[in-house]
Amino acid sequence: MTPATAAQTIGPFWHLLEEKSWADLTRFGAAGEPIVLTGRVIDGDGAPFADGCVEIWQSDPPTSDMFPGFGRSVIDPAGEFRFVTLKPGLVPGRGNAQQAPHIAICIHGRGLMHQLYTRAYFENDPLNETDPLLTSIEAPARRGTLIAKPDGAATWRLDIRLQGGNETVFLDV
Amino acid sequence: MNNPAPYRAYTPGTQPPLASHAYRGTIRRHPLQPLHPMPQTITEVTGPSFSPTRYKPMADMTATGAAAPLGERILVAGRIADEDGRPVAHTMVEIWQANAAGRYNHPGDTHDAPIDANFHGAGRVFTDAEGNYSVQTIRPGAYPWPNGPNSWRPSHIHFSFFGPAFATRLVTQMYFEGDPLLPLDPVFMAVPDEAARARLVAPLDMAITRPGFALGYRFDVVLRGRTATPMEDNHP
Repeated sequence: MTPATAAQTIGPFWHLLEEKSWADLTRFGAAGEPIVLTGRVIDGDGAPFADGCVEIWQSDPPTSDMFPGFGRSVIDPAGEFRFVTLKPGLVPGRGNAQQAPHIAICIHGRGLMHQLYTRAYFENDPLNETDPLLTSIEAPARRGTLIAKPDGAATWRLDIRLQGGNETVFLDV
Repeated sequence: MNNPAPYRAYTPGTQPPLASHAYRGTIRRHPLQPLHPMPQTITEVTGPSFSPTRYKPMADMTATGAAAPLGERILVAGRIADEDGRPVAHTMVEIWQANAAGRYNHPGDTHDAPIDANFHGAGRVFTDAEGNYSVQTIRPGAYPWPNGPNSWRPSHIHFSFFGPAFATRLVTQMYFEGDPLLPLDPVFMAVPDEAARARLVAPLDMAITRPGFALGYRFDVVLRGRTATPMEDNHP
């Protein structure tokens, strides 16, 4: 077995690849419940994680020619990312478990030697109470770092703190 | 399908620690808490797919301007496989880099070296059924960066891979055989395992070289493999 190739930081100039349309997962005309997922990414000094990027993946709704399931958003100078996507539904968990609706998140940027994974759940979804991942995080305050909050019409906000007070829970995927 | 076979954990020492403080940019940007363990679910073992009809290939990065870019034309080719040697077929590969003078065509790059109007520096290719890819570009230059008083990045090309799952995502950098800057580079040296570091260094490969046209370098890449059997707890 040859182990997986080592990661290296994406660096500050990945924007050479950027296609702004990738932040809109509805751009191919997918039908469903459109939502905005936005937030601010900050570092251990509280400074914006400007020049990085956020990628999202959702296995629901199922991918199709109309719905790519994947998006990439620049993190702007204020630290903000922003996606337009469709609200995910239920996703089966392991065994007979049910996962609450969620969006998987992957963060890259200068100063990150390896991508960071986390998730966005949706506040007040009753299934959050029994979601296998959320319930495996014992401290309620830490669990809350994965829960996006309503921020206007059909808009959900999840702020992400890379380090320090109220640090986001990052996942060992 | 509710108990999908997970992708393997990374082999210890083969990945750079998030807290790689010789690279100063990591100091205030890595989590202090340990990563939270979780079993992979359908969310992690599935991932996006990209088709070349919708995501246009750009396999010749020397052909984006009105004329040929300055610098040494090269070919970079290799095979993408999983940890068990199985090819990763028809997967998208993204590529970006500085120009021959060591300058990115990017407003954030303030290094006092010339922009080349004929070199944008981004590419996109797809592997074939055997996992092979190839891209034509120019050899990027080394450049200084503000890590220390006299820090220089070795010549490198950035690569991004998706593979079959969100768990197989890989962003890395390819270096060139024989570069004396490699042992001085905290980004490269952040990978603890020497063999894993060596696999980031592309050797000259005369089989990839096109006679009379361009030298060729081989960069083979391995994405995480999957365990053979689903995890326990077999519910119907």
